[in-house]
Amino acid sequence: MTDTKFGQVSRRGLIKGATAMTAAGLILPFGAGGALAEPKRGGILRLAQGSGSTTDSYDPATWDSQFVQVLNTARCGFLTEIAPDGSLVGEVAESWEATPDAKVWRFKIRKGITFHSGKDLTAEDVIASINYHRGPDSKSAAKPIVDPIVEITTDGPDVVVFTLEAGNADFPFIMSDYHLAILPANDGKIDPTSSDGCGGYVVESWEPGVTARLRRYENYWKPNRAWFDGIEMTAIHDAAARQNALITGEVDVIDPVDLNTVALLQRAPGIRILSTTGTQHYTFAMDTRQAPFNDNNVRLALKYAIDRQELVDKILNGYGSVGNDHPIGPSQRYFNKDLPQRTYDPDKAKYHLKQAGLDSVSVQLSAADAAFPGAVDAALLYSEKAAAAGINIEVVREPNDGYWSNVWMKKPWSAVYWGGRPTEDWMFTTAYAAGAAWNDSFWDHPRFNELLVAARSELDEDKRRAMYYEMQEIVSNEGGVVVPMFASYVMAMSDRVAHPEQVAANWTLDGFRAVERWWFA
Amino acid sequence: MSKIWIMIAKRLGLGVLTLFAISIIIFLATELLPGDLARSILGQSATEETVAAFQRELGLDQPAHVRYAQWLWGAVQGDFGTSLANRRPIADLIGTRLANTMFLAIYAAAIAVPLSLILGIMAALFRNTWFDRGANAVALSAISFPEFFVAYILIFVLAQSGLFPSMARIDSTTTFADALYKTFLPALTLTLVVTAHMMRMTRAAIINLLASPYIEMAQLKGMPPARIILVHALPNALAPIITVIALNLAYLITGVVVVEAVFVYPGLGQLMVDSVSKRDIPVVQAVALIFAAAYVLLNLLADVLATLSNPRLIHPK
Repeated sequence: MTDTKFGQVSRRGLIKGATAMTAAGLILPFGAGGALAEPKRGGILRLAQGSGSTTDSYDPATWDSQFVQVLNTARCGFLTEIAPDGSLVGEVAESWEATPDAKVWRFKIRKGITFHSGKDLTAEDVIASINYHRGPDSKSAAKPIVDPIVEITTDGPDVVVFTLEAGNADFPFIMSDYHLAILPANDGKIDPTSSDGCGGYVVESWEPGVTARLRRYENYWKPNRAWFDGIEMTAIHDAAARQNALITGEVDVIDPVDLNTVALLQRAPGIRILSTTGTQHYTFAMDTRQAPFNDNNVRLALKYAIDRQELVDKILNGYGSVGNDHPIGPSQRYFNKDLPQRTYDPDKAKYHLKQAGLDSVSVQLSAADAAFPGAVDAALLYSEKAAAAGINIEVVREPNDGYWSNVWMKKPWSAVYWGGRPTEDWMFTTAYAAGAAWNDSFWDHPRFNELLVAARSELDEDKRRAMYYEMQEIVSNEGGVVVPMFASYVMAMSDRVAHPEQVAANWTLDGFRAVERWWFA
Repeated sequence: MSKIWIMIAKRLGLGVLTLFAISIIIFLATELLPGDLARSILGQSATEETVAAFQRELGLDQPAHVRYAQWLWGAVQGDFGTSLANRRPIADLIGTRLANTMFLAIYAAAIAVPLSLILGIMAALFRNTWFDRGANAVALSAISFPEFFVAYILIFVLAQSGLFPSMARIDSTTTFADALYKTFLPALTLTLVVTAHMMRMTRAAIINLLASPYIEMAQLKGMPPARIILVHALPNALAPIITVIALNLAYLITGVVVVEAVFVYPGLGQLMVDSVSKRDIPVVQAVALIFAAAYVLLNLLADVLATLSNPRLIHPK
C-alpha cells in the first residue's frame, strides 16, 4: 500500500502549490518542438473517427466504441484520471486513502463541481453512478470490474467510502474506467438517457453514427483544460474517406490512420502523424483445456514458431513493438525488463514438439479482421513461418459479424485484441485469473492465481514488483496466449493542432482526452 | 380510365401483402444471424450475466414469434417503436435520414434521367457514328467500375483540387443551394453508375423499332430522322425505358450505402448496416419496409405509366 500512499502524498503536496491537480498533467517541458507552444483557448476542433454507430447511446453501460468513449470522456467526469505519464490523478475525487489492508477506500469528492444542468455534484451522484453498474440487473460492460465492491456509503457530505470484498491496492485506477462516468442522480438513480455531465464539454447535438457537436462548458472546474471552444466529432468509417477529409482540410484530426497508407499520408504537406505505444496488444488465445493446447510444450512450440518482428513490420508497418507472450507493456510500472525476449526459433519449436512426443502438429487458428486489423494476414504469416517447425496451422477465416459471440472463446484458438488495462493487476485479473469471464485461454495456474491475490493487496513496492515479474514470467512460459505484438495507436492531424509533449498512451487520442488536453497552435 | 384505377388498387393491395411477407422474411433472417443485440452491443465485454440482464430489459428473452407479433401490432397502428439499442423513437431516427436519402436519390435522378434519355436518343439518332460509340464506351466504363472507385476518382480529381468538398455533410441548417453543392460529388458518382443502364435501354428500344414497317413508311415519306425518332419511335419505346428508369430510381434509394460511406453522407444505408450489425431488429424492419415500399411503388408507377403509354393495354379486347 505504501507505494500508492506515497504517490498520493507527493501528489497532494503538488496540489497545494498548483491551482489544480490536473495542472500536473500539463506541467511539461513545452517548446521542445516547433508545434509545441503555450496552450491557448479558441477554435472548433473537427475530429473524425473510424467508429461510431447509429446504435450508440448515452447509456454508460453500453459504451464500447471509440466514438462514444471520446464523446463521453469529454462530456463526463470520472473519480480519477490517468495522467499522460501513466500515473493516477484525481478528477471528481480530490484525494483518496485506504485502510492498511486496502479493503476500504475513502474518496474525498472535490467541491465546486457542477453538472451542465447547474446541479452541484455530490456524494450521492457518485454512489448512484457506480451503483448503476453493480447488482444482478446490471447490463453494464463494467460489471465485472465493480463486482468486488461490497458496499458504497457516504461519510459526511463529500466523502464516499467503498468497501471491497478483498484488498486491492489499485482500486483508484479502476475508478478511472471510461464506463464509470459520474452522472447526476435523481432519487438515487442516474438517468442513462440524459446528456448531462460534469466534463469540459456540453453536448449540443448528437446524431449517433453521424456527428456530435459540443461546446465548452463555461463553468468547467479545471482551469488549464478544455482549450477548444467547441468540438465537432464525425464518424467516417471508410479509411480513405477519413484521410481525404484530413488532406482536403475538412477535419483537423483523424483517428485511426490506415497503416497501409500511413507513409503516403506522411508525405502530404501540413499533416503530422502521432503514434503512442501503450497497452494495446494483439493476441492469439488458445483454449488450454483442449488438446493439443493442454500440453505446455505444444504452447511453447507455437510461441517459438511465430516471427514477431515480421508481424510488427508487415501488419503494423512498424507502428508497434514485439510482445513477449504476456500482456504487460514496456511502459507499464512493473514491466519485467529481465525477461528474455522470445524470438522466432523453429529449432526450439521442434524441440518442444518433441518434448510433447510429437513430430508435427496440425491446429486451426480462427481469425477475422474484427479481432484486430490485419488479423487474417497475421495468421497467414504465422502459418507460413510455423511450417518450418513442423507446425501446420490452418487459418480459418471467420466472419467479422458476431466474432466476439461466436468465435472468441468458442473456437479452440482465435485472434484477439486487447485495449489493455492501466495496471498489471487489472489486466491479469480480467484475462488471466482462473475463472475470470474473459480468461480467453481458460487458463488455471495455481501459483499465478496465488501471486495475483497476494500482489493485489501487497504494500511493499519491491515485493510487489517481484511478484508481478514472476507472474509475467509464468504467463510468458506457461500461459495459453501468444502475444506477438503491442500495437501503437496511430493518429494524424493538421499542423494547426498542438498537444503536450507527453501524450497519454493508455487509450488512443491521448487517453480519450485529446479534446480536453490539446489546443490550436 | 377506371381500369387503371382498379389496377392501381389491386397492385397496392398486393404491395401491402408483399410488405407483410418481407417483414416476416427480414425478421426471420435477422433471427438466423448469430448473436443478438445484447451480445453485439457489449461486444468483447459481454458476460453471461450482463447479456441476460440486457435481454430481460429489452424483452429479448421472449420467443421470436411473440416479439414479431408485438412489433407487427405496433407497426399496423403506425407505431414503429423505439430502437432497441438507444431507445430513440424509430420515426425520429429514420426521419432525417429518409429525407437525406430521398434528396440524394432525386438529385442524382434529376441529372441522370434527362442525361441518359438525351444521350440514348442521340445515340439512336446518330447510331454507329463516333458519337454513339464514344457515349457507349464512356457510359459502359463508368458502370463497370465499382462505385467506391468512381467515388475515389472524383474525390481525387474534384475534391483534392478544392472544387467540391470530399465530405457531403448536411444537416437541418444547410440551405438548399449549399446542399446541392455539398452533395454534388455523391450525386455525380451515382449518375455515372446508373446512366449506362438507362441510356443503353433507350437506345436499344428505339433502334429496335426502327426496323418496323411504320417507321420505314415514315422514312419513305421523307420525314427528318429526328422527327421519326422523337414523334414516332419514342412513344412506342417508352414502356421498357420507364421500367428501367424505375428500377434505377429504386436502386438510387436502396443501394447507395457504399457511396454514403465514402462521402460520409447520413442516409438510410448506413443506418441499415449499423442496425443489422447490432441486431437492432425494429430499425432493420422499418428500413427494410421503406426499401421494399420504394420498390413496390416505383414498379407500380412504372407499370401504370407503361400502360398509359400503350393504348392497347388500356383497351384490351
